[in-house]
Amino acid sequence: MSNKNLTSHLSLSNFDICVVGGGPAGLEAAIVASELGADVLIVDDNPVLGGQLLKQTHKFFGSKAHYCGIRGIDIAKILTKKVEDLNIKAINDATVVGYYDDDLLGILKNDELFSLKAKCYIFATGASENMLTFENSDLPGVYGAGAVQTLMNVYGVVPGKRALVIGSGNIGLIVPYQLLQAGVEVVGIVEILDKVGGYYVHAAKIKRAGVPIYLSHTIIEAIGKEMVEAAVITEVGKNFECLSEKEWTVECDIILIAVGLSPLCELLYHAGCKIDYIPELGGHIPYYDKDMRTSKPNIFVCGDLASIEEASTAMLEGKLAGVKAYESLYGKTTKGDAIVSEVREELNIIRTSPFEERIMLGHKKLFKT
Amino acid sequence: MKGYITEHPILEFIRGKKVKFFFEDTLIEGYEGQPIAAALHAAGVRVLRISERYHRPRGFFCAVGKCSSCLMEVDSQPNVMVCMEPLKAGIKVRLQKGKGNL
Repeated sequence: MSNKNLTSHLSLSNFDICVVGGGPAGLEAAIVASELGADVLIVDDNPVLGGQLLKQTHKFFGSKAHYCGIRGIDIAKILTKKVEDLNIKAINDATVVGYYDDDLLGILKNDELFSLKAKCYIFATGASENMLTFENSDLPGVYGAGAVQTLMNVYGVVPGKRALVIGSGNIGLIVPYQLLQAGVEVVGIVEILDKVGGYYVHAAKIKRAGVPIYLSHTIIEAIGKEMVEAAVITEVGKNFECLSEKEWTVECDIILIAVGLSPLCELLYHAGCKIDYIPELGGHIPYYDKDMRTSKPNIFVCGDLASIEEASTAMLEGKLAGVKAYESLYGKTTKGDAIVSEVREELNIIRTSPFEERIMLGHKKLFKT
Repeated sequence: MKGYITEHPILEFIRGKKVKFFFEDTLIEGYEGQPIAAALHAAGVRVLRISERYHRPRGFFCAVGKCSSCLMEVDSQPNVMVCMEPLKAGIKVRLQKGKGNL
């Protein structure tokens, strides 16, 4: 790095708000805070902004105010354009590696480490995929479902010939459809529960496409020497015990694990934020109040980091965090208040659906502590 | 090029220029700027690393620079996360055994 660059990096200490993570939650937070008048900076570890939206070829549904009927990839474009129009500075390909004394962020970009300081931080780091243990689960060909999405939808690589999907949450239902779009055969979706985990519309769509969903089933082994050649799946009993007489082998070269996500809260640990364990929200999560503020007054959170949900709720939470972070520096505004009440109402509507019961339970635990 | 999606009902892929690089001693073609792991996957390379303790094959797993399953030797430097590292012409990528050699 030249000295000139170093100087420009050092001048990065004048920002009001630094948003870590440029996915749906982080982008909405940055946009809202900037619209209210804050100087905002986004740091993201990908070459382009958009986070997981960049992999979503399906149309979103839900509220018309929140991009219903638009594909995830197009929502990413809309949000990125807003960021550009508002002249929000974004540092891409940059990984935040630490949160140090005096509220300093350590950032790694192009093999160079530099520091950054903002008055207030919004963390929207998202989540990483959960692993599942079974025999040979470390074999090449066993992938996170999101990894396969990246490979095929972002880089245009054919991920394999025959795919088996483990888990029928929304990711486990959407990715098989995307595999079909990419010309990959899907041999089935395996779900240990006796009902589908994700939205009915996604399940219906994949069933119409001819992909079987094996309920009360699980994977017990991946077969292959250097890479996956087949998988052994079995039916399970009432107490999830494997019924050995109901085992069978299915030929496949990729196995997609879609068994949930865990919030990426390492940086919040590092910052000294209080961390709670709330399974309903995704496991270890930073404590936050109804304004998305953590135990550290200058740190806010939103999106999957706060609770594993959908992109639509992540965007709403991002808006809330954006307004509240702005207010923490400059006080309340009528515009901000209007956004907050609208967002709270939207979140309430979404979260009173039976699908979001889990989140309501989690929030009850969180806000009590 | 083989291994890449050519027709897609929704997506259009913008790719960098074609470049050649080495995997072990084989010359492989890929697109400049794409992650090295994507180019290897498209070329049919599934084993990226051999685990240190039990010498088990390791492949691509998370695609987002989090899991360390894809650590490889790139131009003699070990522990390069190839799912994040952009492809450049002429680089020499090797299977990493264990922790790799400096």
